[in-house]
Amino acid sequence: MARKPFILRNPSVLVVLAVLAVFTVIVTLMSQAYGTGAIPTSMVKVLGKTLCLALAAVAMDLVWGYLGILSLGQMAFFALGGYMIGQWLMYARTETIVAASMANNPIPPTPNELQQAVASQIFGVVGAADLPLLWSFAHSLTAQLVLMVAVPGLLALIFGWLAFRSRVNGVYLSILTQAMTLALALWLFQNDSGFRGNNGLSGLQNIPGLEHVAQARLSVWFLWASATVLALCYLLAAWLVSGKFGSVIRAIRDDETRVRFLGYPVEGFKLVVFTLAAMITAIAGALYYPQAGIINPAELAPIASIYLAVWVAIGGRGRLYGAMIGAIVVSLLSSWFTGGRAPDLHLPGYTVSWVDWWQVVLGLSFVLVTLFAPKGIAGIFDWLGGAVSPRRQGKDLGPGEGSLTEQEAQA
Amino acid sequence: MDIVTGKTRPDEGEVKFGDHSRSLLKMNEAQIARAGVGRKFQRPTVFEDQSVADNLTMALKANRSPFPVLTWRPSPASDRRVAELAAEVGLADQIDRKAGELGHGQKQWLEIGMLLAQEPRLLLVDEPAAGMTLAEREQTTTLLCRLAETRAVVVVEHDMDFVRRLDCKVTVLHQGSVLAEGSLDHVTRNREVIEVYLGR
Repeated sequence: MARKPFILRNPSVLVVLAVLAVFTVIVTLMSQAYGTGAIPTSMVKVLGKTLCLALAAVAMDLVWGYLGILSLGQMAFFALGGYMIGQWLMYARTETIVAASMANNPIPPTPNELQQAVASQIFGVVGAADLPLLWSFAHSLTAQLVLMVAVPGLLALIFGWLAFRSRVNGVYLSILTQAMTLALALWLFQNDSGFRGNNGLSGLQNIPGLEHVAQARLSVWFLWASATVLALCYLLAAWLVSGKFGSVIRAIRDDETRVRFLGYPVEGFKLVVFTLAAMITAIAGALYYPQAGIINPAELAPIASIYLAVWVAIGGRGRLYGAMIGAIVVSLLSSWFTGGRAPDLHLPGYTVSWVDWWQVVLGLSFVLVTLFAPKGIAGIFDWLGGAVSPRRQGKDLGPGEGSLTEQEAQA
Repeated sequence: MDIVTGKTRPDEGEVKFGDHSRSLLKMNEAQIARAGVGRKFQRPTVFEDQSVADNLTMALKANRSPFPVLTWRPSPASDRRVAELAAEVGLADQIDRKAGELGHGQKQWLEIGMLLAQEPRLLLVDEPAAGMTLAEREQTTTLLCRLAETRAVVVVEHDMDFVRRLDCKVTVLHQGSVLAEGSLDHVTRNREVIEVYLGR
């Protein structure tokens, strides 16, 4: 039995990568910096950010759709990635500015004085003047890049080890993950935590060393970076879930106890996937916040992680492209409806203002998708392919009325 | 069975297994399974969303740690072994079907096939014939007898016809202690057994 190469066994991967490439080229050709200018720079940034959210959704799908852990704390990792890269962005940029203003002093500043000046510039807003210990590596891009992956990874590892080891499952685990992100947000909100409290980190759109590059150009560069990283991580995720490893994690999702009796260390598998997903999410966050320009602890609010779960559910969990589609479609729609640009709906006697009503629509569609289309938007592809779901009504698969058709088994 | 496979902790007593008589009480379920104790549940527990081949591949004896599993790739040898196992439990034609599509009896056989793939040294089987048709029972008996040729098999069953067909040593337990032991005819004639189970 000859084996087909990975790409041929997973044609959807090729389609996703091709669509992503075409999308990037089109946006580039319509951008202000490299093309006709039909897409304003702000829109390019929105699209770039959306790709980062899609990446976070892919990671969420690994954890939820494949491993079966409904993590409601993924955005904690996303924001941590953003904070880590933000430290360097803010420090290095402030340093350039401060150095320029101190250059005219009769006596050139010592490195110590320079650092002191940078610290009071950054932390004056929270009434501190010293550089916190947590900013020890902020001057080094390399160090912050390492921390960007290492800190969320370590947090996920420790949290996961504690939670999985005591066999916390299901809704209790979801609540724990939510508590984790809330605790982290509350800590970051404090002025003395060292991350400027509720001011957060700002000015992140200015990349040190690239001051001469216009934002129009930078935004396209970030779009390219986001698309590339999304493509690479998508490939990684698709490879992860394709082989025996994917088989085992889906088995853990469906019947954890049975997998234990097969001899697999279930906790180990959960830890690997959870930690890897946290790292991918952190990278997504590190690419997102320079495009957003600002990060503050509100980004870690539990509601943000719940949105992520809603996107994945609407897009179709248990399928990587479903998560991507869900994140892209729903987050773009969300920003359109809540941005005040959607025209109000005039009903007799009442005017529906989408800014207020969008949440209701989103909530309602989440409920409807969960009840009537558990496969989400990605289910459309099954439907087009002719695979029909049996009406199982909660009964298990098997002979009888609810059995699957042969065609569906191939899907 | 729950105690031996690590699902429940006993209040007292010990469980020793293997050449070095290692205590199983300090090990978790996965470690016990890796040490060579396989377990067949009463209800068929196969992974319904995955194909028969995937189910068997997962059970194949191999390193169970996450990273070796990640880099594990199917080889001609492993494909052959999966096909062999499927044929052995009578599922050669169903190998690409999802396990969820199989009939109840077929699922039981698939689970036995998965246990075979695990190559356990001790196999614990909990009421294997529950819910099976007569023809399915016969095939199950044959399978179990063949299994017992190369390893220790313990079957829990209260269906006397099925036990008779297995033709093996029978141990009668009552509230956790041994009541009688021997051939089926011997234990069914035992006075205490009759008293406890027929309630005279």
